[in-house]
Amino acid sequence: MVDKSWLRESATFPRPVIREIQRAAETGIYDIRGFGAKRTVPHFDDLVFLGASMSRYPLEGYRETCETSVTLGDRFASKPITIDIPVTIAGMSFGALSAQAKEALGRGASIMGTSTTTGDGGMTPEERGQSKYLVYQYLPSRYGMNPEDLRKADAIEIVVGQGAKPGGGGMLLGQKISERVAGMRDLPEGIDQRSACRHPDWTGPDDLEIKIQELREITDWQTPIYVKVGAARPFYDVTLAVKAGADVVVVDGMQGGTAATQDVFIEHVGIPTLPAVRAAVDALQELDMHRKVQLIVSGGIRSGADVAKALALGADAVSIGSAALIALGDNSEDHEAEYNKLGTSAGYYDDWQDGRDPAGICTQDDALAARLDPVKAGRRLANYLNVLTLETQTLARACGKSHVHNLEPEDLAALTIEAAAMAGVPLAGTSWIPGT
Amino acid sequence: MITFDLGSTPVRELNQHLHSAVTDPVHVANPGGRHAIAVGATDAHTVTVDGNVGYYCAGMNAEATVKINGHAGPGLAENMMSGTVHVTGNASQYCAATARGGLVIIDGDASSRCGISMKGVDIVVKGNVGHMSAFMAQKGALVVCGDAGDALGDSIYEATLFVAGSVASLGTDCEEKAMDDEALALLQRLLQQSGATTSAADFKRYGSARKLYHFNVDNASSY
Repeated sequence: MVDKSWLRESATFPRPVIREIQRAAETGIYDIRGFGAKRTVPHFDDLVFLGASMSRYPLEGYRETCETSVTLGDRFASKPITIDIPVTIAGMSFGALSAQAKEALGRGASIMGTSTTTGDGGMTPEERGQSKYLVYQYLPSRYGMNPEDLRKADAIEIVVGQGAKPGGGGMLLGQKISERVAGMRDLPEGIDQRSACRHPDWTGPDDLEIKIQELREITDWQTPIYVKVGAARPFYDVTLAVKAGADVVVVDGMQGGTAATQDVFIEHVGIPTLPAVRAAVDALQELDMHRKVQLIVSGGIRSGADVAKALALGADAVSIGSAALIALGDNSEDHEAEYNKLGTSAGYYDDWQDGRDPAGICTQDDALAARLDPVKAGRRLANYLNVLTLETQTLARACGKSHVHNLEPEDLAALTIEAAAMAGVPLAGTSWIPGT
Repeated sequence: MITFDLGSTPVRELNQHLHSAVTDPVHVANPGGRHAIAVGATDAHTVTVDGNVGYYCAGMNAEATVKINGHAGPGLAENMMSGTVHVTGNASQYCAATARGGLVIIDGDASSRCGISMKGVDIVVKGNVGHMSAFMAQKGALVVCGDAGDALGDSIYEATLFVAGSVASLGTDCEEKAMDDEALALLQRLLQQSGATTSAADFKRYGSARKLYHFNVDNASSY
């Protein structure tokens, strides 16, 4: 055995980089994987709450109320939805996820009185049946798209892009295209299914306004319409979405997850969630539409601290995807032996695209999918959502807020110059906001 | 017959009516190029529009029969589920995009991306179609009695294409196929249903070479 303790690893070519070069040389194809960006980027960890002190008084935990409900879509829709907590479940497709996982997401969200979201591939009965509030994604591929499901939805989310790959489409590999998935998508079983990167019948914000008009006519102006964008140019994208008539804008930062995307795309396209929130809020405030058009932020939300910080920067709610799958059982140590057989380990598993998920979540293999009990997994998700909510309330009370929406940028300080500049809050211990 | 004069009545009232079970024939006057006319119909309504329509006319309809005596803007009959749409003039881009059933008839020309991502609809264009028509077309049939523009059927899946005139170029993974008995019967049925007078004998058939169904790095130059 060679003593490696004295060996010096290259900062430019660390072992994962060397391995990737070797893998590329062996296969001739880029790496496709799931999960989100793994690189370190400025994030909510770089902010802290100031809490109450001489000038502000806190609210009593467990005694004084801190409200968490959020109404979404009351700009134009006659039937906006009111969710009990400021955390929603992001769009993830049946196809990428098993039917059991989709059902579990619906169950967990419904226990907590919040919404879940379909994905590419259409709406499944399991998901609709178990979801108190279901947001129906309107995607470029329009797989499974039909007006009957559109009318069953509690909200419609027009997906322009997602944080993991702004400007990119997707590819559901053939091994996940079961008979049922293929049937819902009007395509043959077992072939790779391309999800288009842009909508087939509109281009640009002027067309989007007309598309929104069509969807409102079809749903009799009842259903809230969201527009989701990947965080690329959030100030302009939010501005254009609002002008196109969106009730709600969803901004997904680069840490947002994906079921299958090129690693180079995940790591190198889009901006982090932190600066995206501030830019999106700036756009809404400039239009005098802040709190009139609701803002949902996603991409790397893990804890109640992340939720509270996003709300303090001006978001109305957040959305979780990767964290929700982890709550269901993804990357659990329980499956360590099987992860090892796949050449990975619990905590590192990101091959959500290849259909062999030992946890039964990112798969269409009947035997694997059967491992996930939707009731138990749904309960786990509900528990997790409850913790996020309690943590958010705890932080809000500490800042003296009787509603989580009363959190504000003045409650925050930044620990790094970069975060201060991106979030637009002072560097801790100073009054300095770089760039202002 | 119920008349909606869109010169004085909002499109909203027309569409609200088409979401009811009252299926008396509907006449639409003065459409004036308005958008989202006769969308989301939920029953076997019969709608006649006298004039030109804007974006997304007859979008997401099920079972309805819509005739437009004029031209149609972009996205005609997008994601239609069933029924019939007949345009006596020309149709703009994205005609019948992602439509999953029914029949769309264009007496004139259709612009670019006609039948893009079509998922089961049948389309008969008595004139020409523009570039990138039937892009990523999944199911259904596109019949073009005139000429087709560049990149016909690019990245096509299982849709069937028939063109009587010239094809400027075929898109990636689209190839000419033999006109077998089943395809000929389909073509003849669609010609008959649409009232097209072009002889079935004049058509060539195109479809997927199925070489891109599984990602292969050796095909990288095709993407």
